[in-house]
Amino acid sequence: MARKFTTLPNSQGRFGPYGGRYVPETVVYALTDLEEQYHKIKKSSTFKKELQSYWSDYVGRPTPLYYAERLTEYLNGPRIYFKREDLNHTGAHKINNTVGQILLARYMGKKRIIAETGAGQHGLATATVCARFGFECIIYMGAEDIRRQAPNVEKMKLLGAKVVPVTSGSQTLKDATSEALRDWVTNVRTTFYIIGSVVGPHPYPMIVRDFQSVIGKETKRQCLKSFGKLPHTIIACVGGGSNAIGMFSAFLNEKNVRLIGVEAAGYGLQSGKHAATLKKGKPGVLHGSYSYLLFDADGQIILPHSISAGLDYPGVGPEHSYLKDTRRVLYESVTDKQATDAFKLVSRLEGIIPALETSHALAYLMKARKQFTRRQHVVVCISGRGDKDMGIIKL
Amino acid sequence: MNRITEILANPSRRKLLVPFFTAGYPDLKTTLELVITSADSGADIVEIGMPFSDPLADGPQIQYSSHLALQNGITLRTIVDSVYTLRKQVSIPIVLMGYFNPLIAFGEKRFIREAAHAGVDGLIIPDLPIDEAMAYSKYMKNNRLSSIFLVAPTSTDSRIRQIDNMSTDMVYAVTVTGVTGTGKKFGQSTDRYLKHLTKILTKPFVAGFGVSSPESAQRLCQYSDGVVIGSALVQIIRAARTKRASVSKIGQFLKNIRKSI
Repeated sequence: MARKFTTLPNSQGRFGPYGGRYVPETVVYALTDLEEQYHKIKKSSTFKKELQSYWSDYVGRPTPLYYAERLTEYLNGPRIYFKREDLNHTGAHKINNTVGQILLARYMGKKRIIAETGAGQHGLATATVCARFGFECIIYMGAEDIRRQAPNVEKMKLLGAKVVPVTSGSQTLKDATSEALRDWVTNVRTTFYIIGSVVGPHPYPMIVRDFQSVIGKETKRQCLKSFGKLPHTIIACVGGGSNAIGMFSAFLNEKNVRLIGVEAAGYGLQSGKHAATLKKGKPGVLHGSYSYLLFDADGQIILPHSISAGLDYPGVGPEHSYLKDTRRVLYESVTDKQATDAFKLVSRLEGIIPALETSHALAYLMKARKQFTRRQHVVVCISGRGDKDMGIIKL
Repeated sequence: MNRITEILANPSRRKLLVPFFTAGYPDLKTTLELVITSADSGADIVEIGMPFSDPLADGPQIQYSSHLALQNGITLRTIVDSVYTLRKQVSIPIVLMGYFNPLIAFGEKRFIREAAHAGVDGLIIPDLPIDEAMAYSKYMKNNRLSSIFLVAPTSTDSRIRQIDNMSTDMVYAVTVTGVTGTGKKFGQSTDRYLKHLTKILTKPFVAGFGVSSPESAQRLCQYSDGVVIGSALVQIIRAARTKRASVSKIGQFLKNIRKSI
């Protein structure tokens, strides 16, 4: 019998062996509460209607499925389609989830919001919904990321968020997440923690996936309408993995659709300076869940590297770990250089500047061109727009 | 017999004084001296912290000591070997405290076996709550290692009972919602919380997180079986001019606390 993926996680928050709730006792009650409230609100038709209306009138959904004709011609096939998550309000898929979680926070009566951010896209999406709902907003961001993603920091401040620079460790997403968790442990009674990816303790990987699954559901409909069948392959970049899970979730049981997640190989998989967690990591525990992780022989976390701040994280969502082990999704990687080249090429050919994160998915498609025939349909999830990366890219 | 079980079995025992030191801070040799001095200065149990690169339940002091300890090359291997050496000099119960991932890297069961063999008496893993620890409790028991779980001010009554049940000899009560070393003054809400715990818990419990002075130790001991002091000790060691001076300052500080409880 074919494996069914749609009933996960189980009641312990596990995707196979992965996931769970590895957190200090202080926040256990908050996670139990969050899980209960989420199950309640999920079934409410008022909530569904409200979420739907914010997605359509505020975020701008459904996002288009766009035929990338010139890229297709340039590569001489396959037929390439872009799922345009870059066209969402605030320029990335992140807001699909923050709209859902802020409604959940309001329902639970919490008015102080905290979040971690790497590239600043999740921070921006959180600051945006906090402004819209009039909630206090504190964003933890690594000092290194603040430097390399300055435009997003300015936007968050304009929206009224307090951006707290994190100077511990590598001063990137990993440390921002630890600091956000410390805040949550301290202020758990009043504070809602909006996690930005399919990581962290149960129920977060499930909640974020559910809110992001709108990407895959729309894509499925749009493919049928546009070319009358499901695509041959779908490609998405993977840091924590929220855009990828959101896209893949609608196709997990469609066994004829190939799913490919692309990680950041940084300076190369052999260089030791990369963020290819699934490719090079081992199962371990960080930030609340059991999942693939980059750590050394003594169990200490290895500092990852990627030119893309959104992929510069040593962990990955537990559901991805399960999808890797079961081989339902194939995980590949591309280097900083390959991603940067794709960033420039797609900008020139399509008039679309993709985020550096997204550029990893595009770079893989170029690298793997020969696997496809000209007639096959490939969808790439364009998770976000790239103007935030102008400071990093040297033309 | 497990040394923790032994001291708790004493019906006329005093309030427990439990200092915490990060293994390898300021260096491994000094950590061992600190443990020996503690035993001579009125401590009843010593907690040795196993440093982790991402200590998410800890405040700035223990983040700092952990960071330096890792720079000093401390691993679980060196810690277990050090306890083995220490055991020739001290009989005080030793509890290791650290995050879960280094244990995974070492091999959880292998670690439990080797720690017990080296003379460790108990383990505290702050990011392994009871729900995730079920798989190891029997193995711990068979190796006569005490499982010490944390209760928090946010734990529900039914959860406090489960934690009581899962803990082998004693429970660790986190006094504040927060990370270690907040240094806040304890107020009536802490008193109420600890009093509440005394009604529910059947096992002895020590209180910790933010104990920094004889006064705060005394206050917590009114409604608990003892106190854990960690971040305040890191601060003393940081402020001392030499490593040798830090050992004598710690000894003096612990003696003062001992007198107050």
